[in-house]
Amino acid sequence: MKKPSWRASLTGMLIRLFARLVTSPRPIWSGIAPIARQRLYYANHSSHGDFVLIWTTLPPRLRARTRPVAGADYWLASPLRRFLIHEVFQGVLIARQRKTDQTATQPQGDPLEDMGAALAAGDSLILFPEGTRNTREDGMLPFRSGLYHLAQRHPEVELVPVWIDNLNRVLPKGEVVPLPLLCTLTYGAPLPRIDHESRTDFLARAQESLMALAPNAQEASLQGGASHE
Amino acid sequence: MNDMVIPAGLGTLLAAIAGILVVASTIGFVLARRYSPGGENEVIENLNQRIRSWWLMAILMGIALLGGRTGVVLLFAFASFSALREFLSLIPSRRADHWALALVFFVVLPVQYVFIWQQYYGMYSIFIPVYAFLLLPVVAAIRGDSHGFLDRVSEVQWALMVCVFCVSHVPALLTLDIPGFEGRNVLLIAFLIVVVQLSDVLQYVWGKLIGRRKIAPRLSPSKTLEGFVGGVASATLVGAGLAWMTPFTLLQAALLALMIALLGFVGGLVMSAIKRDRGIKDWGHLIEGHGGFIDRLDSVIFSAPIFFHVVRYFWSVA
Repeated sequence: MKKPSWRASLTGMLIRLFARLVTSPRPIWSGIAPIARQRLYYANHSSHGDFVLIWTTLPPRLRARTRPVAGADYWLASPLRRFLIHEVFQGVLIARQRKTDQTATQPQGDPLEDMGAALAAGDSLILFPEGTRNTREDGMLPFRSGLYHLAQRHPEVELVPVWIDNLNRVLPKGEVVPLPLLCTLTYGAPLPRIDHESRTDFLARAQESLMALAPNAQEASLQGGASHE
Repeated sequence: MNDMVIPAGLGTLLAAIAGILVVASTIGFVLARRYSPGGENEVIENLNQRIRSWWLMAILMGIALLGGRTGVVLLFAFASFSALREFLSLIPSRRADHWALALVFFVVLPVQYVFIWQQYYGMYSIFIPVYAFLLLPVVAAIRGDSHGFLDRVSEVQWALMVCVFCVSHVPALLTLDIPGFEGRNVLLIAFLIVVVQLSDVLQYVWGKLIGRRKIAPRLSPSKTLEGFVGGVASATLVGAGLAWMTPFTLLQAALLALMIALLGFVGGLVMSAIKRDRGIKDWGHLIEGHGGFIDRLDSVIFSAPIFFHVVRYFWSVA
C-alpha cells in the first residue's frame, strides 16, 4: 500500500471523526487481539458505512495495512468517490457479478486475482461475502464463493468474522438522514481451517460463526421478520 | 432571573462537593496502594474509575450551574441526547421507524429544550405527551409497516418519556417563581442532584458494608434491604442538612429528600427491569466505571418531574 497524500490523510481523519460522532463505534475484541497480523476480515453488509466502521475501529497500524474490497460500479461513478476509494481507503475494486446463480463457480477470474494480489503483497482485506447490502430486517443473504476461494489460495491469512451491530438502523438503504445510534463491532476468533471441506460446508460454517457474534444471536438467526417479539 | 450573579450558597456547596471528592479520591488511592497495587482487585479498580468519573461529572455540573440557565439547559439537553441514543440503540426498531426516530432526535428533543429555555410551562409540560406522542405513530403508520406496531410505537414513546421529558424537568426547576428565592433556583437543581446521587452512593456503601437480604434479586442483584434503608435514611439526613440553601424548612427538606430518594430507588428498579429484558448489564460505555448515561441518570428520571411538580404546587407562584 502506498503512503496516502496529506489530502487523503486529512479526509480520512474527518471521515473517522464523523463516524465516531454519529455512531460512537465500539470494537469488542472477543476472539482476536488488535495486533498487526495479516487478516481477512469478513462482515455482515447492510450499509455503505460498514467498512468505514471497521476501518475506524482498527488501531492505526492495522488500518494502514487494511484495504476494503468494494464494488467498482458504485465507487467509480464520480470523481469524489474515486478519490475516496483510491486515495483515502485504498480499496480493492472488483466487478460485482449480477448473476442470478450465486453459487456458480468463479465466472470471472479478475476479482479473485485482484484480492489475491493484495493478500500476496501482505495487506489485510475487509470483505462482505453477502456481495450486496442486506436490506432485510434480519438474517443474512447467502455468502458468495469468493471467500472460499481466497481461503483456499491463502491458507496463511487469518479469516476473522466481524459482526457490525446496529449500523443497518443508522442509515438503511434509501434513507438520507443518519440516526445517531450506537454501533458495536465484534471481532470474533479466526475461522479454524478444516482440510478437504466442501465449498458449501465452508461457506455455511463461515456464515454461522459470523452470526454467532450478533449480540442477540437467536434474534438474528430467525428468518422472515419474526425477530420482534 | 439574572444569569450573571452566582447565587448565595452555590459556592459553599461546590466547595463541599469538591471536599467530599478529595476525601473519596484519597480513600481510593490508599485502598489501591494497599490492596490492589497492580490493579488486580476489580472492586477497588471500579471504585476508583467511578470516583474519577464523579470528578468529571461534578466539574461539568458545577460549570453548568455557574453558567446559569443556558449552561444548565445545554448540559441536560446533551444528557438527554446521550440517554436517548443509548435507549433507542437497544430497542428493535424496523426500517419503517426511520423517520419517526429521526424526528425524535432532531426535532422533538431540541424543541422540548427550547421550550424549557424559554420557560414556557404551557408547552414544555405537554409538548411530548400530547403532540409528540400523537404525531410519532402517524409518521410510523404512513410507512405502511404494521409489524409489531404497538410495540414499536410504545418503545419510542417510552424512550422519549424517560430520556427527554423526565430529564428535562431538572432544568425546568429554573422556571419556578418562589417568593424570596429569586435568582437562586439553580440550588433546587443542586439539592435534587446531590440528594439523588448521594442516595445512590450511600445505598451502595451501606449495601457493601452490612447488606444481607437481597431486595430484588431478579432485577438488580446488588440491591439489598440494608443498603436501601441505610441509603434512603442517610440521604434524608443529607437533604435536611441542605435545608439552608433551599426555600424549605428543615422538616420540609427532609421529607422532600425522602421522597426523592424513594423515587430514585424505584426509578433505578424500573430501568433495571428494562435492562434485564434487553439482556444487558449497562446501558452504554461512555462514563468510565458507571456504564452509560442512563445508568447514571436512572434515579433522576423518576424523581425530577415529581420533585418539580411538588415544589411548583406548594411553593411556586407562577
